[in-house]
Amino acid sequence: MSTKAGTQPLDVHRIRTDFPILQRTVRDGKPLVYLDSAATSQKPASVIEALAGFYRTSNANIHRGIYELSEEASILYEEARAKVARFIGASRPDEVVFVRNTTEAINLVARTWGVANLQAGDVVVTTILEHHSNIVPWHQLAAERGIVVHFVDIDETGRLRLDQLETLLRTQPVKLVAVTHVSNALGTINPVSDIARRAHEAGALVLVDGAQSVPHLPVDVRALGADFLAFSGHKMLGPFGIGVLWARYELLASLPPFLGGGGMIRTVTTEGFTPGDIPARFEAGTPSVADAVALGAAVDYLEAIGMAAIRQHEVTLLAYALPRLEEIPGIRLYGPVGEDRAGVISFTFGDVHPHDVAAVLDLHGIAVRAGHHCTQPLMRRLGVVATTRASFYLYNWEADIDRLVEALQEARRVLDVAG
Amino acid sequence: MSDLYREHILDHYQHPRNYGTLEQPDRSFEDSNPLCGDRIRIDLKLSGDRIEDIRFTGRGCAISQAAASILTEMVKGKSLEEVRALGAEDLLEELGVPISPARRKCALLSLKVLKAAAYGINEWPR
Repeated sequence: MSTKAGTQPLDVHRIRTDFPILQRTVRDGKPLVYLDSAATSQKPASVIEALAGFYRTSNANIHRGIYELSEEASILYEEARAKVARFIGASRPDEVVFVRNTTEAINLVARTWGVANLQAGDVVVTTILEHHSNIVPWHQLAAERGIVVHFVDIDETGRLRLDQLETLLRTQPVKLVAVTHVSNALGTINPVSDIARRAHEAGALVLVDGAQSVPHLPVDVRALGADFLAFSGHKMLGPFGIGVLWARYELLASLPPFLGGGGMIRTVTTEGFTPGDIPARFEAGTPSVADAVALGAAVDYLEAIGMAAIRQHEVTLLAYALPRLEEIPGIRLYGPVGEDRAGVISFTFGDVHPHDVAAVLDLHGIAVRAGHHCTQPLMRRLGVVATTRASFYLYNWEADIDRLVEALQEARRVLDVAG
Repeated sequence: MSDLYREHILDHYQHPRNYGTLEQPDRSFEDSNPLCGDRIRIDLKLSGDRIEDIRFTGRGCAISQAAASILTEMVKGKSLEEVRALGAEDLLEELGVPISPARRKCALLSLKVLKAAAYGINEWPR
């Protein structure tokens, strides 16, 4: 195994023992080969224990409870916020807003910053690589407010056409560039700090969808240069139901509230209300306290392993997998090959529908995803209705790739794939 | 090798029966399952209220295409009243393989298209 200086290869044997679900079998006794971490990651015992432990020993609603349990729950919640802030290099914890998921984080930006700042004719630039969650909120603003949404295309390798971005920035009234850091369908790692620099020169803000990057790469918001970063807890070893919007402090402080209700106010009268400080202004209603605490435990786990080491592990797996998959007759791989590629492998297999591929793999205990991956514009751009997608994380190893390749060889025989 | 891809399913998928289009169909309908892109078109030639001939074309997963092939064999020569009486379970039973909830629409797309062609009701069969 080759490693970059300073990163030790992961002890995957030991890591796998931390994930209870990897001990179970599926489909009549077959060991689970989990290759769907781009959809959601599995959870280490420490995260599961943090979640259960909160309910077992610390459960109370946060804020304003003048008793020990509530104080404890409030402290745990805010400690989790501080952990997440440190993890992504935020300059202060109150730049971190807890939401449900990436989708909610992006909608929060559209509904607060977007509604306050975008008028008819203003342009939001996004890309053909985006997940629907970074397309539909802008389409909604287009329908409601007459903003214009432009899409940056990809080249034949699956990389963004930065020349198109440049042209749009020079010729259009671009107010926001909303771009994914890592494509969930192709694995392309976009040059977001370069994109942010170009956008800022043109006076536009930058929103980065970090759903596929924060779990897998070292991400530092200062190095990124973005204005907003959205990501989900459940893809980074944390529980469902908790996600993060990060924004620069001054920017966040300038935004109007999102949802209205308890927790987000300073005062309420029969005449009206005044919004509270950030980040509470954006966290109306009782938050997912236990989920936030468990996300903090996930951050602890990732930091103990090291994000650089996780990234290097996925690079090694990718280098192992791509040539082996390429050898299978009938297979077509999508996405760039190079340093700007994350551990996501989308492919088609002759004329066989990806649902059939996934169903045959499932019979071998292999979990992959088949479909449009919530990227219908990208699928149309590639000229396919769907792909099969295998995605890695720190608990995958070469044996998983071997099982995938063997099962695909068998699928080829069963489904009669033309070479 | 597996329950889902038993030989007769693969046989219908690889060698679909009644595949193609009719020159002058009395009824014709096409629909797709937008989630997975499965697409089926069915042409009917009627003699009175009886299905004298039926053809289908389509593309999609093995389950959707095999089910369409099997369905054409089931209904050829049947009356429109008999088609109306066909339920989801009738086709699933004929498929003879376990269909998970996630694949149910794959298996039933052809029946949905047939019913729309036969008497204009375009909804998922129950």
